[in-house]
Amino acid sequence: MTTAIVAGKESETASDKALAAAGFAGRRRILLLVAIWAALATVPFWLPLLGGYTALAGRVLVFGLAAMGLNMLLGFTGVLSFGHAAYFGLGAYGAGLTLRYLVHSTPLAMLAGTLLGGLAGTLFGLLIVRRRGVYFAMCTIAFGQLWYYLAYSWNSFTGGFDGLRDFHREPIGWGAFTLDIESNGTTFYFFLLAVFAIAVALMGFLLRSPFGRTLLAIRENERRARFLGVPVEQHIWLSFSISCFFTALAGTLYALLNNFADPLALHYSLSGYFVVMTVIGGMRTFWGPLLGAAVFVVLQDYISSMTVNWMSFIGAIFILVVLFFPRGLLGTRRYAAK
Amino acid sequence: MAQVILFNVTNGLIIGAFYVLMALGLSLILNLSNVINFAHGNFLALGGYLAFTLSPVLGYWGALLVSPVLTALIGLVVERLMVRRIYNRDPVYSLLLTFGLAFVMQDMARYIWGPNGLPLGLPDALSQPITPDLFFITWYRVFMVAVVIVSVVGLFTFLRYTRVGLRIRAGTFDLETVSTLGINVRNLRTFNFAVGCMLAGLSGVLAAGQIGLNPNMGDDLLMPSFIAIIVGGVGSLIGTLFGGLLIGMAAALTTVVYPSASEAVIYAILMAVLLLRPRGLVGEEGMMS
Repeated sequence: MTTAIVAGKESETASDKALAAAGFAGRRRILLLVAIWAALATVPFWLPLLGGYTALAGRVLVFGLAAMGLNMLLGFTGVLSFGHAAYFGLGAYGAGLTLRYLVHSTPLAMLAGTLLGGLAGTLFGLLIVRRRGVYFAMCTIAFGQLWYYLAYSWNSFTGGFDGLRDFHREPIGWGAFTLDIESNGTTFYFFLLAVFAIAVALMGFLLRSPFGRTLLAIRENERRARFLGVPVEQHIWLSFSISCFFTALAGTLYALLNNFADPLALHYSLSGYFVVMTVIGGMRTFWGPLLGAAVFVVLQDYISSMTVNWMSFIGAIFILVVLFFPRGLLGTRRYAAK
Repeated sequence: MAQVILFNVTNGLIIGAFYVLMALGLSLILNLSNVINFAHGNFLALGGYLAFTLSPVLGYWGALLVSPVLTALIGLVVERLMVRRIYNRDPVYSLLLTFGLAFVMQDMARYIWGPNGLPLGLPDALSQPITPDLFFITWYRVFMVAVVIVSVVGLFTFLRYTRVGLRIRAGTFDLETVSTLGINVRNLRTFNFAVGCMLAGLSGVLAAGQIGLNPNMGDDLLMPSFIAIIVGGVGSLIGTLFGGLLIGMAAALTTVVYPSASEAVIYAILMAVLLLRPRGLVGEEGMMS
């Protein structure tokens, strides 16, 4: 009850603030956009100078897209899924299985993977759309593990614990217009970036549409939204479904990036990574998850090369972020102002 | 065939008993504090390892009594230092916190006790079969089930007939009112968390005697425990009890017919419950939303 009242007070200005924080308004937004895209487009030139490698940036894009997909639900609808790795992994397996057993075509593999993960999420969303808070999260975790066990135990089809191998991404296009994403890492990075850009543009468009604003209204005050006649369950279901499609798309890219899909891509640990990426970057901001993914992927890469006790460090990052840095990198300014 | 079925029934009972202990602890914490304790499996492992370290000094029986209490004390410290800070925040933080905690605890167990499996020695009396015919049922199996029954009955008696138990049950329904009535909710939650961890620690000692110790021994129990809670009905400890037994039995009996589907059947039950009876078998309407 108290929370509803407090949320009501907040919501008078919250939607403006949320929109501003989401990077939807003002000159800052343009500056931010230019900076982000310029940085992403020039990665193959500056990353090696810093001692990184382009595949690392590819991983940031893939995880960033997955986390941004999750954030549509988590940050912009206020619904907590802790099982998004399921849709990510289904995307990866969908793409991998298509390439291995059906056709040697990258776009078709991506389509198949995205549909597989997205539709699984859409159907499951129907079952849990009335749950809230930790109970919603708990159902998503439990359901997500179903796919992990399936991939793990269906040895003959999925490769079991060793993962799905013996497939690789195929060049795109015909004849002289072929894009060699198969062997050229830099070309593949730009391909990833292009897919990422299209997906992110679509996501931004959705969030700025009346549908997206309604999601914000549900997040800020579900009861009020309901009284205004918003079909809340339907919106949450749609948001869950769309978010699963984005995450599944990221999963297909992950399979293409590694030419490999393993059950760990379905494990709830990865769901936890997605959530922490989102929180590190700022879960109520549009670009936060990408920034969080960059921070997390680089830290993880560094830590796991430095020590065998990487789990302690990763766990400590989770704990420290929750206790001392809950607003995230991009969220800090907005909350400090409040 | 009769022996195979009997073997799997006792197996199911034992697995179910572990799910029940684990899930009851999780459920206690979830009901009162709205926190999903991802680290619960690691408290289980901690209990087992503490028993391993203590048993040369205290003997098996001493370790069985002391290590759950120690686990509870560690749980109490963890709650005071970390978990309580996130009670009034978005649930995402409690999940991330206990998730991180699980990583740290698992790695610490590996660091302290080593990555390889360790055995927990049992007293001779417990490792004998009960009769030559039923060679697969050792006294230890009977003992485990008995301990679980005693602790479950103890827990329910405690919640039903003591003042603190009453407060915990009341807090499950409306913590704010309990707090307004002048009860120290902070301490109540700390105590409740510790009790949950004690149950995990106890299952750890019991499990160690059966399957030995390794740093991620609790992981395999965590997901079925979640499912036991959902299947039984969130908010109802009785539901958790039945949920745990049901999925333990179902998994073990499936093993008789089609071994590789034993995990899948748990998820099938989960889906069926979500589809047909969303509030769970015994759950109250509205507890899940």
